[in-house]
Amino acid sequence: MSRLRALLGLIKGDPRADRVVPPSGFTAQLTVLSAAAMAFLAVFALALSLASGRLAERWGTELAQTSTIRISAPPGQVERQTEAVLEVLRTTPGVALARPLDAAEQRALLEPWFGPDLPVESLPIPQLVEVIETASGYDSEGLRLRLRAEAPGAVLDDHTRWRRPLIAAAERLRALGVVSILLIAMAVAAMVTLAASAALAANAQVIGVLRLVGARDVYIARAFVRRFTLRALTGAAGGTALGMAAVALLPDASAAGGFLTGLGFAGWAWLVPLAIPVFAALVAFLATRNAALRALKGFT
Amino acid sequence: MIELRDVSYSYGGDALLSDIDLALAPGSFHFLTGPSGAGKTTLLKLCYLELRATRGEVHAFGRDAAALGRDGVAQVRRRVGLVHQDCRFLDHLSVAENVALPLVVSGQDAPERRAELDELLRWVGLHRRRDALPPELSGGERQRAALARAVIMAPDVILADEPTGNLDWEMSLRLLTLLVELNRMGKAILVATHDLNLIRQAKAQVAARVLRIRDRQLQVAGADL
Ligand SMILES: Nc1ncnc2c1ncn2[C@@H]1O[C@H](COP(=O)(O)OP(=O)(O)OP(=O)(O)O)[C@@H](O)[C@H]1O
Ligand SMILES: [Mg+2]
Repeated sequence: MSRLRALLGLIKGDPRADRVVPPSGFTAQLTVLSAAAMAFLAVFALALSLASGRLAERWGTELAQTSTIRISAPPGQVERQTEAVLEVLRTTPGVALARPLDAAEQRALLEPWFGPDLPVESLPIPQLVEVIETASGYDSEGLRLRLRAEAPGAVLDDHTRWRRPLIAAAERLRALGVVSILLIAMAVAAMVTLAASAALAANAQVIGVLRLVGARDVYIARAFVRRFTLRALTGAAGGTALGMAAVALLPDASAAGGFLTGLGFAGWAWLVPLAIPVFAALVAFLATRNAALRALKGFT
Repeated sequence: MIELRDVSYSYGGDALLSDIDLALAPGSFHFLTGPSGAGKTTLLKLCYLELRATRGEVHAFGRDAAALGRDGVAQVRRRVGLVHQDCRFLDHLSVAENVALPLVVSGQDAPERRAELDELLRWVGLHRRRDALPPELSGGERQRAALARAVIMAPDVILADEPTGNLDWEMSLRLLTLLVELNRMGKAILVATHDLNLIRQAKAQVAARVLRIRDRQLQVAGADL
């Protein structure tokens, strides 16, 4: 909290305190530039992380829903096999609920294809059993084997299950996005530390004079900290704006790709990258402060 | 206010100064003389804590200098006005900003102080040069600016290292008059100088003690001056 207040104080700033250290031209631009580049990359890492998170979540909920068992048998045997299937499911670990669909439900499923007047009862339509699994899920291979033994006409259709490794991949991708953002933050911290250390070394004379007239370390540090914080903030703001524009201009993959949710930000998530410049400023603030106070300890 | 007890100092080899006892009490006025290279500047640096004694104790305003952190040293320096032999300034700031620097770094540069600054610049004859940059000043102007910077905080102790080295006699007398005035207000003054005329002139005005560094020791100079 006090760090945050110090940060706000810095940004409001004391322009006079800022002036005690001579302006530095070219190297200042480099700090701004690298902050911008890092922010640009961070926007993409963030977009990747959020999009793969969304994907994993959506696939996850679909998967948690249902699978179906389809029982096709000669008319006389359907009822017996359905009973057998239900009995198998009752004793299968990982099955939360199993329920045969009634005629009305089956008709509703077929209606889009065959119209409302389909005489379901007189047709050899397979009986469907809806299976809702528990969070841990069931062993589909085992279930398949048991069904083959008990009800030869039953086919387990767990079409959503093949997505399971994809979900794991999406989750890993999200984690990698977060790791990338952390690495980018570390790179910013390292870059700012190097730049600030160079600036401190170049201003040894100035620091000597400030010491002679009674300046405390925090005062001297502040002049440097304010500078580098503002540079990181402006650079990162520019880089973030460019990154967000680039993401907004990405071709829309969600419509064509079907299962993809698009790489961009969705809805309120557009606000998330706005935190990047603030975060960059915070990182620069801490890095410069550290570097300055450590360097000032070295000067006698 | 600043006290050296049995202090020795060496830059690494043999001791440059040894067994130095010196007390800068309120209202005291000291001159420090000695041949070039005797250690006058070194002694002043010990007084404003730029150097740490290799032996003995330095006390500043009642606190043991050896126990002071860097913030403590900064606090001490706000109460010590310093005129450096080589007058160091911030070359990218104007003369006026340099003179006001001690106020700025201690957070005391309120607008009321502006008038004081003007008066001070006028007094040292730099009001017309107030917006010049330090590298544009002559040696004498630099020393006058350094003096103005040294006194702007109304310090308790004033340490001056060859403050008249680049000044003409008239300006030297003006500077002396200011130091005497400050001394009468109770400030402790220590001036390192080769300028015997200045010392004689001062002795006519205040009870100044003259110290001399000889053979690494601090001696009180007699009437031979
Ligand atoms: N940083 C340093 N490292 C090593 N030796 C130093 C250092 N500073 C000064 N000296 C040496 O210490 C001795 C005393 O120096 P000092 O500056 O105190 O002399 P001074 O009495 O002020 O001389 P002057 O009248 O010429 O100003 C000199 O021989 C000088 O070369
Ligand atoms: Mg000297």
